[in-house]
Amino acid sequence: MDLQIALLLGQDGIVNGAIYALLALALVLVFAVTRIIFIPQGEFVAFGALTLASFQVGRVPGTLWLLVGLGVLVAVVEIGIATRNGTLRRLVSALTWNVAYPAVAAIIILLGEPGTWPLVVQVAAALALVVPLGPMVYRLVYQPLQSASVLVLLIVSVAVHLALVGLGLLFFGAEGSRTTPFSDARLDVGGVVVTGQALWVVGASAVLIVVLYVFFERSLWGKALRATAINRTGARLMGISTTQAGKLSFALAAAIGAASGILIAPITTVYYDTGFMIGLKGFVGAIVGGLASYPVAAGGAVLVGLLESYSSFWASAFKEVIVFTVIIPVLVWRSLTTRHVEEEE
Amino acid sequence: MEQPVILDVEDLCVGYGRVEALHRVSLNVRAGEIVTVIGPNGAGKTTLLSAIMGLLPRSSGNVRFLHSAAREIEVERMVAMGMTLVPEKRELFGEMSVEDNLLLGAFMRRRLGHRDERATMDEVFGTFPRLKERRDQLAGTLSGGERQMLAIGRALMAKPKLLMLDEPSLGLAPLIVREIFRVIGRLRQTGVATLLVEQNAKAALQLADRGYVLETGEIALAGSSGELRDNPRVVESYLGLGGKHQQ
Ligand SMILES: Nc1ncnc2c1ncn2[C@@H]1O[C@H](COP(=O)(O)OP(=O)(O)O)[C@@H](O)[C@H]1O
Ligand SMILES: [Mg+2]
Repeated sequence: MDLQIALLLGQDGIVNGAIYALLALALVLVFAVTRIIFIPQGEFVAFGALTLASFQVGRVPGTLWLLVGLGVLVAVVEIGIATRNGTLRRLVSALTWNVAYPAVAAIIILLGEPGTWPLVVQVAAALALVVPLGPMVYRLVYQPLQSASVLVLLIVSVAVHLALVGLGLLFFGAEGSRTTPFSDARLDVGGVVVTGQALWVVGASAVLIVVLYVFFERSLWGKALRATAINRTGARLMGISTTQAGKLSFALAAAIGAASGILIAPITTVYYDTGFMIGLKGFVGAIVGGLASYPVAAGGAVLVGLLESYSSFWASAFKEVIVFTVIIPVLVWRSLTTRHVEEEE
Repeated sequence: MEQPVILDVEDLCVGYGRVEALHRVSLNVRAGEIVTVIGPNGAGKTTLLSAIMGLLPRSSGNVRFLHSAAREIEVERMVAMGMTLVPEKRELFGEMSVEDNLLLGAFMRRRLGHRDERATMDEVFGTFPRLKERRDQLAGTLSGGERQMLAIGRALMAKPKLLMLDEPSLGLAPLIVREIFRVIGRLRQTGVATLLVEQNAKAALQLADRGYVLETGEIALAGSSGELRDNPRVVESYLGLGGKHQQ
């Protein structure tokens, strides 16, 4: 391998690693706040990419119907609870988000011509359709299981993943899609061609990571999410509802997933089930961080990207095997070095 | 003039599974009062506060706070209405700074649209100057006394109408206990009502206006602090030299 190839592979690795890093952060976030290992993270990647692709070929994306359908289910559940308890307090906001919002989205998309919209608007519309699916899934599936064990939540996550992949096939079909790049620029850096889209991926990921950092360090809700992750009882005593924290973390995870999908859609052909593999590599990064440390998880994810890229050169048939085998030494090392701090009783 | 009742607990029963931990407990707290609940270890004091706050479901009975009696109590709703609990285990956010812990104490007030958390924090720093010195330190690295100060300070950030304290003296050195009790006493002047749960009956009865004695999940005695201090049963079990439950 000469230097040029090495640099090219490195570029590939960093581009993929940036996406894995975003997903790793989302996984750590969801796990810290809710104790849920969010296997369906990858489906949000696919939904983001495929929704944008649908817009670009002038089709109504299936995620619109998913949004309407889940919204109706949530509304039914909330109405049932409100009539049983005789409390109408929360019903108004639940109906706004789960019925009115999807209805407005449907009207705009069915009457407007998304195919003619500028790219920025298409991207915003794709996010607007996919992000609310996160809190809806939380409300329907995970909120009733708030006190379940990590293992039960994991099994449920596998079920949600399978269900969403099935819905992806139903709504988007088996063909893959690619979207138009954000930029056609090509830069020549020391003999290596860097595409504009690669710069977009890395730049946008870096910006998103900084935004997340500022959100957690500075904003009240960011601190509230951290507080819930550290001490759930303490957080509840401050008036931070576990349910709201869960919904917010799912909204963030869905946003990160969809944004990742939108970023890679121009450089990778995305199929309805592509998200799983991508999510799994983010998961390896998250595991490296012990599902607890954001910077270590992000660093681990970038390493996964590089490892994948270089192993695809030397032993392309084994690249997935190599990437997932990394987990084993990392787990051994972690179990040897981390002291388990018993919870104060 | 008698102040209005702000917390009215009526025939409260709470169980863990089939085991009943509280049996038909009734008590009330008036605005601006300090009321104490004393009782031995395992009497159900923590259970009582948790059930009032909505952390634990109740099997029967009523909890009325400021004339609102919801069928199901929710912690977040109680906080929004002005009830705050300093739990026995403090439940601080150990990996966050002292200042962030305090800010989160004002979480509900911020959500309700108040923007006075900086002024409130200055008041808390006035009450506990130690917290000000350590504002950037992680809560998990504080000493026991400082942790208790932070737990109380964090509760005060919510500007509560009713402050509930679960054994604030637990595990603290006598000097710090005295300081904490002095702070609780001063709160009376700001109009905050306090429900103080203690095993340290002597200190609690000195401070409180009224008290209840809780034994094996039931109210055994009730009265003004003076009456309870003079009650032979209280003297024998909680105050006297040979007091069974006095550490
Ligand atoms: N989580 C729990 N599960 C089962 N029993 C409990 C639990 N917490 C407390 N108890 C029991 O309830 C009774 C009252 O406990 P508690 O309210 O903690 O008393 P206190 O605070 O007065 O020491 C005790 O008998 C205790 O063993
Ligand atoms: Mg107790």
